[in-house]
Formats: sequence, C-alpha cells, structure tokens
Amino acid sequence: MAAKTPLLKAENVGIQFGGLKALSGATMELHQGELIGLIGPNGAGKTTLFNLLTGVYVPTEGRIMLGGETLNGLPPYKITRKGISRTFQNIRLFGELSVLDNVKVAYHAHARHSMLSSIFRLPSHFRGEQEMEEKAIEFLNIFQLDSVKHEKAKNLPYGQQRRLEIARALAAQPKVLLLDEPAAGMNPQETKELMKLIAFIREWFALTILLIEHDMSLVMGICERIYVLDHGQLIAEGTPEQVRSNPKVIEAYLGEEVS
Amino acid sequence: MATWKRTRGFWGSVILAFAFFAVVEWLIASGMLNIFYVNTLFFMAINVMLAASLHLIIGITGQFSIGHAGFFAVGAYASAIMTMKLQLPFAVGVLTAGVAAMLAGLIIGVPSLRLKGDYLAIATLGFGEIVRIALLNIDYVGGASGMTVTHMTTWPWVFACLLVTLLVIANFTNSTHGRACISIREDEIAADAMGINTTYYKVAAFVIGAFFAGIAGALYAHHFYIIQPSNFGFLKSFDILIFVVLGGLGSLSGSVIAAVLLTIVSTFLQNYPETRMIIYSLVLIFVMLYRPTGLMGTKELSSLWKWRKTEGGVNHGGKNTVA
Amino acid sequence: MELIQQLVNGVSLGSIYALIALGYTMVYGIVRLINFAHGDVFMVGSFVGFYAVTMLGIGFFPALLLAMAACAVLGMVIERIAYKPLRNATRIAVLITAIGVSLFIEYVTIYLRGAQPEAYPSTLLPDRNLKLFGVVISSQSLFILGTSLVLMILLQFIVHRTKIGKAMRAVSHDAEAARLMGINVDNTISATFAIGSALAGAAGVIFGIYYTKIEPLMGILPGLKAFVAAVLGGIGIIPGAMVGGLLLGVIESLVSGLGYSLWRDGVAFVILILILIFRPAGLFGKNVREKV
Repeated sequence: MAAKTPLLKAENVGIQFGGLKALSGATMELHQGELIGLIGPNGAGKTTLFNLLTGVYVPTEGRIMLGGETLNGLPPYKITRKGISRTFQNIRLFGELSVLDNVKVAYHAHARHSMLSSIFRLPSHFRGEQEMEEKAIEFLNIFQLDSVKHEKAKNLPYGQQRRLEIARALAAQPKVLLLDEPAAGMNPQETKELMKLIAFIREWFALTILLIEHDMSLVMGICERIYVLDHGQLIAEGTPEQVRSNPKVIEAYLGEEVS
Repeated sequence: MATWKRTRGFWGSVILAFAFFAVVEWLIASGMLNIFYVNTLFFMAINVMLAASLHLIIGITGQFSIGHAGFFAVGAYASAIMTMKLQLPFAVGVLTAGVAAMLAGLIIGVPSLRLKGDYLAIATLGFGEIVRIALLNIDYVGGASGMTVTHMTTWPWVFACLLVTLLVIANFTNSTHGRACISIREDEIAADAMGINTTYYKVAAFVIGAFFAGIAGALYAHHFYIIQPSNFGFLKSFDILIFVVLGGLGSLSGSVIAAVLLTIVSTFLQNYPETRMIIYSLVLIFVMLYRPTGLMGTKELSSLWKWRKTEGGVNHGGKNTVA
Repeated sequence: MELIQQLVNGVSLGSIYALIALGYTMVYGIVRLINFAHGDVFMVGSFVGFYAVTMLGIGFFPALLLAMAACAVLGMVIERIAYKPLRNATRIAVLITAIGVSLFIEYVTIYLRGAQPEAYPSTLLPDRNLKLFGVVISSQSLFILGTSLVLMILLQFIVHRTKIGKAMRAVSHDAEAARLMGINVDNTISATFAIGSALAGAAGVIFGIYYTKIEPLMGILPGLKAFVAAVLGGIGIIPGAMVGGLLLGVIESLVSGLGYSLWRDGVAFVILILILIFRPAGLFGKNVREKV
C-alpha cells in the first residue's frame, strides 16, 4: 500500500509558544498517493501541525521533510512552491476578487511572464495570461464553479466558498494537499458529496492528502490511515479499525464528547 | 486578430488620449487657454499621477502608506539638483527624480514588510517627516528657503508622464502581478499560502508607486519656480490620501476622478485655505461613515461599460482591457 | 553640569509627552484605534487654559481643571460622533476618520479665531531659579513635573483601584466577554476617551506655560511624538507610555544639547521606525501573533 520513502515526513516536530507546548514529538509519514486523516478533540493541536507543515510557524523542535528536502524555516510561499498547499479552517478567500481570479492567484507561481512583459504588454504577457485563464477554468469545472466564475468570492454561498478554497489550493499544483476541516458547517448531504469529490481529485491529480476532521466518524469512511492528536501529542496511528478500537482514542474522545 | 481584439480597448484609449493631447496643445499654442487654466490643468495632471501612484500602494496592495509626499519631495529635489545645480537637461532630471524616489521607496518598503495596518501608516508618516526635516537641514538644497527652479515643465512633458503613469499602473494591475498584490490586500496569510512572495510584491508596489510620485515631483518642481520643504509636509500626504479614499480604495478610475474633482474644488477655494481643509476633513469623515467604499468602490469605469455590454447579450471573454 | 541641565529640560518636556502619550495608549488599549485627533485635543486644552486665564482671570489650577474638563467633554463627543459608528469597520477606515477629525479640529479652530499665535502670560506661576548642586532649575519646571506626576499617580489609582478602572481593564482585555459580564462597554470607552483627553488638556496648559507660544497647529508635532512615546513604551501599556514619554523627552533634549537642535524633530521618527522594526511591541510589550 505504501511506497518505500515517504513523500512528506515530520520527525519529532513540536512548537512552544512562550512556555506553552502546543505540540511536541509529532512524527508522521505520508506516502505518495495516500489519503490520511488527522483527528482529535478541539484544541488538540491539529491546525498547529498544519501551520508547522506549511511554514506559518517555524517548529522549535524536530524536522519536516518533503521528498528528502528539509523544509524547516522556509517561508510559507516557498513551501507552497515546493509542493504543499492547504485550505483554512476559517475560510480565507480573496473576497473582492472574482472566483476565477482567486484560482489564478494560486497559479501565479507557475506563470512565466515577467512583470515587465505585463507592464509593456509584450506577447508573452498575453500567452501567459491566456494559459492561466485556461488552467483556472479547468479547476473551476472540476468543482462545478465555472458558472459563477465572475462572481466575487465573498458573494458565494458557504458551500461553494469551501469548494473554491479547495480548487484554489489545487491550482497551486501541490504534491501534498492539506485540508483543514473542509466539511465544517456543511450538512450531511453536502459532506457526503464533498468526500466523494476529495476521493476523485486524489485519483485524478495523483495527490497525497492530509485531512483534518473534528468528527471522527466522517474520516473513517475514506481515509486509509488515521493519526490521532490529543493535548499536543500524537496518541495513536493506524487503520480506521485499529484507531476505532484503540483505548487511548476512546478515552480522548469520551473525555470530551461521544461521537 | 486575437491580439487585436484583446488590445482594442487599449488602443482605443491611447487614440482618445492623443486626440485630447492635440486639442489641448492647440488651445495652448493659440493662446485660447489662459495661464490660469493651464496651471490648473498641470496641477490636475500632477495630482492624478500622485493619486494613481498611491492607489497602487494603498488601493491595490493594501499597504496603508501616508507618507507619499516624501516620495514627491525626493523627486522634486532630485530633479532640481540635476537641472539647477548640475545644469543637466530636464529629461535627466525627470528620470533621476523617478529613480531617486524609487530608492526611497525601497528604503521604506523593506522595513514595511514587518509592519501592518496602522503601524505601517505611522512609520510611513514618520518617513515623510524625516524627508521634510532632512531637506530643511541640508544647506545644499537651500534649507527652509528652498530652491528656485527654472520653468521647464511643458504640456507635452506633462501629458507623456501622465499617460505612462496611468498605462503602467493599469497594465500592472490587470495582470497576474496585480492580482498577486490584490491577494495581499485581501488576505496576506492566504496569499502567502498560495505561493505569492508577499514581500516581493509589497516592495514592488512601493517602488513603482514611489517612482511615479517622484516623476510628479519633477514636473511640480519645474512648474512652480520654487520648492520648499514646507510644500511637502504631511498635509500634502493627506491631500493625496483623500484622492484615493474618496475615489474608492482599489479603483484607479475612482482615484483619477477624485483627483480631478478635488483639484477643481481646491482651485476655487484657493483664497480660503481653512474652508478647503474643513471641507476636506468633512469629506474624509463622511465618506468613512456613510460610504466607506468611496465613489467607485473597487470598480473601474471600464467594468461599468463592460457590464452593460454583457447585459446586452454580447459575451465578452476575458477582461483584458487596459486603462 | 550642562548635561544635567539638559536632563532636567528633557524630563520636563518628557512629562508633557508622557501625559499626551497616556491618552493615546489608553484609547489604543481599549479600541485598537490610533486617535490622530488626540494631539488636537491637546491644542484645544491649551487654548481653553489660555482663554480661562486671560478672559476669566483665574489662576493656574482652576484653569488647568477647566481645560481638563473641556477636553474630557470634547474627547467623548469625538468618540460618540466619529468613532463609535465605526466600531466594526476596518482599521484603515477608522484611521482615515481619525485623520479627518484631526484636520477638522485644526481648521475649525483657525476658522474661528485665525491662525495667529498667542502668548501665555508668564506670571501664572512663580518663576524663580533654584540652584541645586550647581544646576539651575526653574521653579516652573518643578511645578510642571509635580503636576504631571500627581496626574499620573491619580491615573494609576483610577485604573487599578476604582470600578471604572476595572471596567476599562476588562474591556481592553476582551470587549465581548466584558459585555457578557454586564459591563457597559460603550460607557467604559467614553470614560477612557474622557480621561485620556483630560490628560491631554492638562498637557496643553502645561505646554503653554513652559513654552509660552501656542497656535492652532501646535498639536500636530507633540501629538505625533507622544504617539512615538506610546509605541516606544509598548502601546496599550500605561506605565510604558510614561517611561516612553520621559525617555523621548530626554533623548530630544540631549540631541539639542549636542548642537543638532534642528534635527530634534527628526529623532522621534527615527526612533519610531527603529522600534517598529526591531521591537514592534515596544519596550514593555509582548509580541502577539495573528491567529491562523
């Protein structure tokens, strides 16, 4: 099921804010093509781990590697260009930009026309913009957003905004896609469709996906392996069945809520 | 063919602009436009350049800079040194003005990366004040009494500089580079996460904006015979800020329209400076209270026109129109 | 001895900055707003004090209290009319409004009474030079320092020992939670503006006595510098504003003393940019990062 060398690897990663350890000793491996779940109660450190993997925070301990290259200390935009792209728990779209332009922004790093060619409207500018437009529309088609491509992102209904965030993250052409609670606030029907969509893009783009979910039952269906975080520590790892029957996991969840 | 279609709007505006240029040139040459109107026209063009350049920094990139008069001053003095002290031609002065202001933009842009929102605003205000106080203390440029400058600014110069300013800023904005800047304005963290080098584009916006403010400074210096540090205080910065705010943060045409309108208003109120400032201050307060998006919001004139066209049923593919 | 003389001047000037900076810092702490108009409240206070002394013929302390009261009202009015409707607007919108209010107060003052300066009567406080260990200290300096110190101690008392002070601290910590606990957030914000503005008014009168000349645009530069002082100490932190103000006053006096008096006004802004780059939270502040 897994290739020999992991694509994304976190070794004993942790971070301290002041005296507070938000996360420590997190070790995880993502192999090419896997769909991995990251679950845990509220405040367990899931988003903190995402922020470490994407460079928003710099880890105070441990090492993050992408295909043999250390990512520690790189700014977020460089990490994105190396192949890790993400969505946000609290949607962060470019509200005043159109749906199409939101996706184009993510494709920016792959554009080849320079600032000068745009200022002087050289042929390479038109070629570059044309290519961006075509690519962006491809992504919008997959997410059924092409009909609203000229709408401002802030005017979209909630479900479409969530989809647009994933489309935008994909347009950055990542090897690894990190989804932070993509189904938050969706009804069961929408959630089911979204999970199907995630399974589809993973096949289509040969992606490796790490998915945060607060609700345990939800990820059980589609993830191959699951990591469980609690109080800033990884407490379990394994297939959905293994995780489900792990006493530590049950305790962590029962301590907070019954799901 | 395809390129022609895409650049139709661009060439249309250029032709219109040149027609306007020719008409004004003829009016000036034939003496039908008296000196008062010519003055107002020049002042309007300089204000439009200042507004457009600040629009790129505040309206597009979202970097709240209120020290724009500092770049204007650097340009004015740099060009005056070239033409008056070193006896070099006006063209050299204009170019030096742009480059000197650009360097100043780099100097203020680099530290600005660490600052956000109102902290950046105060730092840029401080920068503008430092420029003014420095000019006040350098005897080479005349200190408080300033420098006298020969009149060299002519209508062709004003027109060419204005056209280049607007074209460059519009072209920059309507490209992937402009979108990168807008994404920083909208959500810097998300822009960073989408692979945008936010540092680079923030500095780029400062540098390009400063360049054109510097050029405007050169035109100003060589039109008004004398430049003094007191012409470039933060009241001047606020003047420019009002153009951008009233026009709509994010709209180039809005900034241009506001600059034109307010230049006319202040020409009429020339003899009542307090009244002018009271009106300006009330405009700032009321716009923020009742229409914080300004006259145009983030819309452009061209998009209003395009919207009507799509309503009519003609579907217009991309949005590649310029200016 | 020259050095000590400069230090004494610096502390007097610094105590004026500190009084203005306190208003900036309190307002920023509670509504995250740089109240650009604060320097103009200081100017209004100076004029109220001047007219009270020259027209009503009252002494220093009644004039000081009158100026403080007038400024407290002005501060509350500004907050209610211009800032309160923008409580949920973007930071930039609020900042632009503040700039508008500042220009409005300046030019309405000019419109009403003209731009000409006035001279504070010099007989208001006994002016005697005291010689202490070879250093000449004017009794005015001591009066100014004493008044500032009393006001600052009073402020500390209000903030830490009274009900309204407790409410102010609660609102600055978390306005929503404070509201849920039954604190009237709007009134607390008004009170903060009133107290901050009263301090600026007092600074205005003190400034007039110390520097004699007052004019309608006098608030701009001290206002900006007091803001620098607030940032220097860590904006939102009351003791920080006091230390920042005194420090800035001393640095400026030393620069003047070294013979660079024309550059004095530039120093504050250089300090500002340096502190923003290297220690944006100020001397006493903690760094906070944005939540992602």
